[in-house]
Amino acid sequence: MADQMMTGQRPAAPGFWRRNQRRLAPILFLAPAVIMFTVFVVVPVIESLRLSLYDWDGLSAPRFIGLGNYVELFRDDPVFWTALKNNIYWLVAFLVSPALGLLLALFLNQSGFGMRFVKSLYFMPFVISQVVVGLMFSWFFNADFGLLNHILEGFGLPPVALLESENSATFVIIAAGLWPQVAYCMILYLTGLTAINPELLEAARMEGVKGFKLLWHIVLPQLKPATSIALIVSVVGALRSFDLVSVMTDGGPYQSSTVLAYYMYEQTFGAFRIGYGAAIASCLFFLMDICIVIYLIRSLPRARAR
Amino acid sequence: MFPTPIENATPARRRAYYITVWIAMIVWLLPIIGIAVTSIRSVQDLNAGNYWGWPTDISAVANYTRVFTSSPMLRFLFNSTVITLLACVGSIALSAMAGFALSRYRFRGATLLLALFIAGNFVPFQMLMIPVRDIALHVIPVYDTIWALVIFHIAFQTGFCTLFMRNFIAELPNELIEAARVEGVSEIKIFLHVILPLVRPAMAALFVLIFTFVWNDYFWSLVLVQSDSARPVTAGIQALKETWTNTWHLISAGSLLAAVPPVLVFFLMQRQFIAGLTFGATKG
Repeated sequence: MADQMMTGQRPAAPGFWRRNQRRLAPILFLAPAVIMFTVFVVVPVIESLRLSLYDWDGLSAPRFIGLGNYVELFRDDPVFWTALKNNIYWLVAFLVSPALGLLLALFLNQSGFGMRFVKSLYFMPFVISQVVVGLMFSWFFNADFGLLNHILEGFGLPPVALLESENSATFVIIAAGLWPQVAYCMILYLTGLTAINPELLEAARMEGVKGFKLLWHIVLPQLKPATSIALIVSVVGALRSFDLVSVMTDGGPYQSSTVLAYYMYEQTFGAFRIGYGAAIASCLFFLMDICIVIYLIRSLPRARAR
Repeated sequence: MFPTPIENATPARRRAYYITVWIAMIVWLLPIIGIAVTSIRSVQDLNAGNYWGWPTDISAVANYTRVFTSSPMLRFLFNSTVITLLACVGSIALSAMAGFALSRYRFRGATLLLALFIAGNFVPFQMLMIPVRDIALHVIPVYDTIWALVIFHIAFQTGFCTLFMRNFIAELPNELIEAARVEGVSEIKIFLHVILPLVRPAMAALFVLIFTFVWNDYFWSLVLVQSDSARPVTAGIQALKETWTNTWHLISAGSLLAAVPPVLVFFLMQRQFIAGLTFGATKG
């Protein structure tokens, strides 16, 4: 129908499409995704790197200061170091979540009555918004009427104000973050466990290998894909932490629980230091890049060998 | 199977196992249980300091009614629904096309594009924040409307989705497409009538995943939206927390309402969700 309408005006058009469609189709199919991704992801990354070299309050003209923002961050800003240190705490704690997830998966990897339902209930924390998780844990740790102090009281112990203390706030938030993260790793391992080779297990059991030795030498090597993905999502999750910090403490008390992602947000919208915020974001970006590159270098050769 | 199936154990050990599983689950879900009980607790209980004891009476109806009548909760839920559904449809549509192109045509730069989509998944959001906000403010004026969130989520999720679709489409048998080409079917029709029906499972898996990611987003709703008329439920609940200081029964009720849709979608499409999570993950 379209061909008939076109006839007379542009007789060559349908023929041109027909002759060249194998070459043009991929461009057409890719265009929307590539344009969106370029405009909202690729260009902003470059733009943020550029902005990090400027002193800018968002209103007056940006002033180029070279690496000035970075010098200030590293030399004169104690909060930046607190944020970086906290991000390292997050990273270390989150690297434990694959192990905890594996333990939980081994515990739950049974097929009896209701076990499928039980496994999905255990996974639920991952599906819930971090805002809700943050609210739940604030309620749990609340100094005046939280469940934790209620339990401590039952044992005759004095109440604690963990979220209000500079020494413990970060660790309480990390505990809240581990909850969905362990659930995530657990699901990865549960699916990994269903895919392991039963013949290999049988053979090993015939040889008398069992328990921890069986896990270490036969099961874990087969869970390698699950382990590597659990590690990477844990690293990314730890470095991305923002929601929980924002909901539970706003980085406080006295910025003791801030992380790079939150400090960046605070500097940009709270202090109107946009170039400075961009510099913090760039540091986070570089930190993430280092982790990803280490991960790729370590996992790519193995993946190829397989 | 590892560990040894519990069915092979003695009846006593089997019973002990199931009891431990259920008790451990209650401990594991204690934060959810706590907030669920609080959400049906009466104001009298809270005033009397009965935060964790047995509720003296159940005020579920009163509490949930108050959440809807004294806050824009309905609006927040509506906004979240629209944003999430549009973002899901948009990113799945774009990525189905892009994934088809990347897996079924040979052209220069294909690997580079794919690498870019993969790398994009790891970018911290803060790295995009200032420029994306500027685009929403000055380039396409969508700041403080739900469209700001719809457009950004489509753009961002498209990277992951494209990777996912590419891997899925690459595993479809080549003969189907070749046969259609021999018949003279146009490339667009091949996509619509041969590929699309076959990738339905992948699209379902993506739908559940993206639904959860977008519904639960908090950061972008802080950055791109500021008034109640466009706020999704995550930012809405946090804003309510600041106005409803210490009315924990209402905050709890609101939080649960915000949590229900992704939990529901997960339970309804569990198999697709887990398939998506692990397929996208191990292949990515």
